[in-house]
Amino acid sequence: MSAEAISENPAARDFWRGFRLGVPVVVASAPFGLLFGALAVANGFSVFEAVLMSAAIYGGASQMVGIELFGARVAPWLVVLSIFAVNFRHILYSGAVGRRIRHWPPARQALAFFFLVDPQYAEAEIKGERGEEVTFAWYMGMALPIYVCWVSEAWIGATFGGLVPDPHALGLDFLLPIYFLGLVMSFRNRPLWLPVVVASAIASIIAYNTVGSPWHVSIGALAGILFAAAMPIRASEEPS
Amino acid sequence: MSTTLWIILAGAVLTYLTRVGGHLVLSRFEHIHPRVEAGLNAVPAAVLTTLVAPVAMSAGPAELIALLVAGLVSLRGSMIAMFLTGAAVLIVLRQLLV
Repeated sequence: MSAEAISENPAARDFWRGFRLGVPVVVASAPFGLLFGALAVANGFSVFEAVLMSAAIYGGASQMVGIELFGARVAPWLVVLSIFAVNFRHILYSGAVGRRIRHWPPARQALAFFFLVDPQYAEAEIKGERGEEVTFAWYMGMALPIYVCWVSEAWIGATFGGLVPDPHALGLDFLLPIYFLGLVMSFRNRPLWLPVVVASAIASIIAYNTVGSPWHVSIGALAGILFAAAMPIRASEEPS
Repeated sequence: MSTTLWIILAGAVLTYLTRVGGHLVLSRFEHIHPRVEAGLNAVPAAVLTTLVAPVAMSAGPAELIALLVAGLVSLRGSMIAMFLTGAAVLIVLRQLLV
């Protein structure tokens, strides 16, 4: 098929436009996809379970939190609750993107929401705010390469991660805290970010040393959330 | 069914609910209460902080310096840059400090 034939079909053109937006996300997320696979196996997952987790949950930060807590022998329901807590932000994405794809058939909407990861949300919002239509072809054109690569990386990382001779020398046991710190920093433009982080840090350290793990996660998180909710309203009116 | 599978499937169902739920629930409300919104906004930073702070408190000098350098890089650089720098500092310091 020639390039002209592709551009004459609006759905194909939209698909490839979306695809191009997906490529940088694939590159940026690749190390984390591989790392997830390797760490999942190190924390007691089988290769199949690591791949299944990437395929079924499809949310990097929450998967990392899941395997970290699983490896720490935390109660299963608390692992699930923590995955849910980390992904809770998607509720806001969903509410925003939902308005832009309301005209799609319900089955397509239901499918699209499965792929609603952070960059997908960001690009859909940018496209919508420009006044352009968010089409199904465009959306899936962006989503599919990211998803397929993410799942493949879990398999590659899980298969070959076990071959690392000395995990401690390579710092494998401490890569997750560094990664989580990066995620914490990525939210620093949100209102009340610093006081929330300080409140959660103090509460989680105290809880860790008194009540003990794994409760420092729930207690620390709750402290930050309640602190944000209790602050004077003014700050929350700024766009986040 | 094994515990791991149970965790993965329950986590997947709840994650999908967060992705479809905002559209189904929040779109019915004209207005979200500002305090609820402020609380929701704080969720990711609050949860993720608890996975760093206690670990940092019990970490050795190599780990602390790696975290510090990575944190500084994240002020300017991308996520990848901060992560790779932190990992590199950690590996080098572990060889040196033993």
